[in-house]
Amino acid sequence: MTANAKTFAVAGAEAIATKGWFGAHKYLILRRLSQAGFLGLFLLGPWFGLWIVKGNLTSSLTLGVLPLTDPLVLLQTFAAGHIPALTAILGAGIVAAIYAAVGGRLYCSWVCPINPVTDLAHWLHMRLGLKKGWQPKRSTRYWVLTMVFVVSLATGTVAWELVNPVSMAHRAVIFGAGFAWMIVLAVFFFDLFVSRHGWCGHLCPVGAFYGLLNEKSVLRVSAANRGACDDCMDCFEICPEAHVITPALRGTGDATPIITHRDCTACGRCIDVCSQDVFRFTHRFADRPVDAVDGAEPFDAKRRAA
Amino acid sequence: MTDARLGRSPTRRRVLQDAARAAGGCAAAGLLLSLYAVEARELPAEALRPPGALPEPDFLGACVRCGLCVRDCPYDTLSLAELGRDGAATGTPYFTARSVPCEMCDDIPCVAACPTGALDPGLETIDDARMGVAVLVDQEHCLNYLGLRCDVCYRVCPLVDEAITLERSHNTRTDSHAIFAPTVHAEACTGCGKCEKSCVLPEAAIKVLPTRLARAEAADHYRLGWEEKEKAGAPLVGDMIDLPDRGFEPALKLPGAEGVQ
Repeated sequence: MTANAKTFAVAGAEAIATKGWFGAHKYLILRRLSQAGFLGLFLLGPWFGLWIVKGNLTSSLTLGVLPLTDPLVLLQTFAAGHIPALTAILGAGIVAAIYAAVGGRLYCSWVCPINPVTDLAHWLHMRLGLKKGWQPKRSTRYWVLTMVFVVSLATGTVAWELVNPVSMAHRAVIFGAGFAWMIVLAVFFFDLFVSRHGWCGHLCPVGAFYGLLNEKSVLRVSAANRGACDDCMDCFEICPEAHVITPALRGTGDATPIITHRDCTACGRCIDVCSQDVFRFTHRFADRPVDAVDGAEPFDAKRRAA
Repeated sequence: MTDARLGRSPTRRRVLQDAARAAGGCAAAGLLLSLYAVEARELPAEALRPPGALPEPDFLGACVRCGLCVRDCPYDTLSLAELGRDGAATGTPYFTARSVPCEMCDDIPCVAACPTGALDPGLETIDDARMGVAVLVDQEHCLNYLGLRCDVCYRVCPLVDEAITLERSHNTRTDSHAIFAPTVHAEACTGCGKCEKSCVLPEAAIKVLPTRLARAEAADHYRLGWEEKEKAGAPLVGDMIDLPDRGFEPALKLPGAEGVQ
């Protein structure tokens, strides 16, 4: 089977063969547990009367003491001309600091309730063998982010919250849906038929914002063992932001194997699907190219030899 | 070569085109979003904001739709507007007086819960809340106006005899009874909605309306003479002006008439 004829259905097939199904889905399972866990925390109150967390992802109160607020939403209130109370500013500061320190786009892959929706859309998209479709520039999301602030400023409203599928989905589950499911369904169809990785990978301003926080975050995926890469392309196929892999995996010599691009959501799927265990979670300061240490030849050298 | 020196390289051209495309697309999306944002300002008349809510345009720029006020409301009065169903801007807190009115808690937990100040923390006494104004919208059906002693709206009012009083007048239909007309005093009414909730009619005769609908506004230059008089401590135009008396004499006296008598 050539690389071109490969379908999504077999991306990770070798990994399943070598590591077993659970080994090849480890981070996917952990992420689903994390996403369900964050949602579950918010649902314990309304469903079981166990009020550990109150509110929703835009703003919440944990154990009656810890305020957490979505910094993007708070910035919109500033743009709309409102000076928020201290609680929200403190809460947004805490959230921004945690994500900026650990990993900005962890929000996207480990917390966001839309992620399972677009993941499902992508799975189906590949299963049906659909073409990529409309692929706006990855940078379009920053234009959308700018637009959100301009509209907030112009209309004096928290503009994105009028349509934000992320908070719609979250609020729908916790407080009642109304027709919010339609917006979630629209995102699903958009990603399924119109644009591969369209929403999370190209347009979503929330992801763009958390990407900006991802600039200096500590938690990183590294192609630490890139010398072992057998060019199966499974990681590129599974990665929602495939462009982030190239410099780390294809780099040679002193070029860092750490994926430093702010678009990386640290979803860990590249680690899952790699049968050669090229990738692993690490931190941004572990910048020693492992291929130089363990004596394995860098990928390019191997290819040249072949 | 010349093109390259002038900065007209194909790369530059492509970059500019890409930027224009993204900016144009976002401008179009932004216009649609703005339109929607402006539409969303229209709060339905039945949807009342929680106590201390900023004026609607400010509120929509301050509320993050977290629902903490909803959670801390002990009477489940508040709920978050659901998209396409409740009319109020999606995700924002509101209540409908006829369903569950505001119970006017002394400690105002909803305001205390608000992290952004969309519910103004400056509201310290619930009696100062202005969620709307009760209006007796249909005198023709109000039982008290028909001459009965229903009195329910009056008796449930948390500010009885301040926000609602019963004004007695003669019942001209029977000619031997009184009418006790429930009368709202807007300067005391908080708009809690207990009167509307408890109106015994199938459709309430007294309703809480948003202040913009419920109240008239006097023109800036209007002065009430009696108030001005009280303020000044004396009539502003002095006492009765003594005009010269006329009419006892003919306006035109004929020459030579003098001394005729």
